[in-house]
Amino acid sequence: MEELKQKARTIRKHILEMLTKSASGHPGGSLSSADIITYLYFKKMNYKKEDPNWPDRDRLILSKGHACPAQYAALAEAGFFSKDELKNLRKINSMLQGHPDIKTPGIEISTGALGQGLSIANGIALAGKLDKKPYRTYCIIGDGECQEGQIWEAAMTAAHHNLDNVTAIIDNNRLQIDGKTCDVKNIEPIADKFRAFGWRVLEIDGHDFKIISEAFEVAEQTKNKPTAIIANTIKGKGISFMENQCGWHGKAPSEEECNKGMCELT
Amino acid sequence: MTATREAYGKALAEIGSNINVVALDADLSCSTKSSDFAKKYPDRFFNLGISEQDMIGTAAGLATCNKITFASTFAVFATGRAYDQIRVSVAYPNLNVRIVGSHAGLMTGEDGATHQALEDISLMRSLPNMTVIQPADAVETEKAMKALLTHKGPVYLRTGRGKVPIIFKEDYEFKIGKGVKLREGSDITLIATGSMVHEAINAAEILEKRNISTRVINIHTIKPIDKEIIINAAKETKAIISCEDHSIIGGLGSAVAEVTAQNHPCRMEFIGVRDTFGESAPAKDLYEKYGLTAKHIVMAAENLVKANDRFQQN
Repeated sequence: MEELKQKARTIRKHILEMLTKSASGHPGGSLSSADIITYLYFKKMNYKKEDPNWPDRDRLILSKGHACPAQYAALAEAGFFSKDELKNLRKINSMLQGHPDIKTPGIEISTGALGQGLSIANGIALAGKLDKKPYRTYCIIGDGECQEGQIWEAAMTAAHHNLDNVTAIIDNNRLQIDGKTCDVKNIEPIADKFRAFGWRVLEIDGHDFKIISEAFEVAEQTKNKPTAIIANTIKGKGISFMENQCGWHGKAPSEEECNKGMCELT
Repeated sequence: MTATREAYGKALAEIGSNINVVALDADLSCSTKSSDFAKKYPDRFFNLGISEQDMIGTAAGLATCNKITFASTFAVFATGRAYDQIRVSVAYPNLNVRIVGSHAGLMTGEDGATHQALEDISLMRSLPNMTVIQPADAVETEKAMKALLTHKGPVYLRTGRGKVPIIFKEDYEFKIGKGVKLREGSDITLIATGSMVHEAINAAEILEKRNISTRVINIHTIKPIDKEIIINAAKETKAIISCEDHSIIGGLGSAVAEVTAQNHPCRMEFIGVRDTFGESAPAKDLYEKYGLTAKHIVMAAENLVKANDRFQQN
């Protein structure tokens, strides 16, 4: 657990530095999902960094594509590509696009237009069932993103096809661009909604590795239905002045703010 | 006489012998004819219900796992309702998803404007990586389907509801991106696609009798378009008329004009739907009202020849 915490701090440092260097990007949602992403890449998922297209790999679809700095940092830390690449985020000719692109090793598919990831995860899971492959598919969805109708089309599909190899993680940081999710358009009761759609639902603290780990184990043991993990998180988690601040959804830190944040992470 | 959607269903069931072929539909399998595949290979057929966006995303996910996916629904829903899913989840990552839009154009008939795709070619043609194919008859549909087994990247295949005459013989050679000269001619060229190909052939026969030598070209692949066959027509004949059951904005006519404008400007006329929605009626009546018959092509050709003569005299 201590190793995961340390890794998550490193991921958060990368996020801060990347966004500061690119002078753009989305810190809030990257930081809220950083612990889940750290857990998946450094504890849970099977993959081969030297063979990103290994057919039996577990897949992560980052449906909330704007949180990709967290995924890029994890991929670099996991050895999919050089950490040196991270400084090129959002720069001309870079393989690290503002939203995920298939040309980045370890990225399964482009995302970023919200609502599309769960359908893709279902398609991968159906292929896994057809091919009798043991891999699992994870899909990280924003809470605000659950306002997209396609999420619920896909939620129906996963339950209809008994896709127990799909785990959706709702990064429930309760904020979206224009304000609190409950004020913009309330998604609650989100757990009841997924339950009503035929899913197993687990509600957890999305920053506690012990609890995260237990939840993913339960998801893996669950048969004949998909699992939704409602991960209650803090937008901007780890950087005091960003936490729970709507304004940090899509704003890059200044050099000074970056330095201040880095101090908090060490 | 066979509808291209019927030929599609038959061909899909045939190429289903390849275990990587997976078919999806959005509750219209009996109309799109993907039901032929569903009956033969139920394990590899997924009916997503009335959710086109989810269908396209699911097809994209399957395609990342080396499946050759055919996602069928009415053309208007596939390309309109799920446009952003096609753009972001299919075209941008360049996946082997075949989006099959049936019931395209005014040929859809009685269901009316909401169900008649008249902008779909325009929408799909502007997407990077996307190949756009519209077969003219059953034989061409079958040949196109075989080609789609090995083609890399996303494809939009446009099929029609109504029965159309068989134009091609069984030994016809189909190649994606290659136009087909159906008839030689030196005065004017008709460049047609889909259901309008046989209207163009009929028009050419009438024009021949009126001493207007008419070339007919079938463009089954609207993107990437066969530039060479168009440039040659621009050079060797006096004018080009594009013929399509689609809006004249952004479809085959626009694609042809982009080629001629950049390579060999020539006079053009556009047979197609003129910036309007359709309406409910039998397809035959709609083709008559909206100017999509051999008779309308003949009129356009005669006017172009007259205008050209005046131009020459001046």
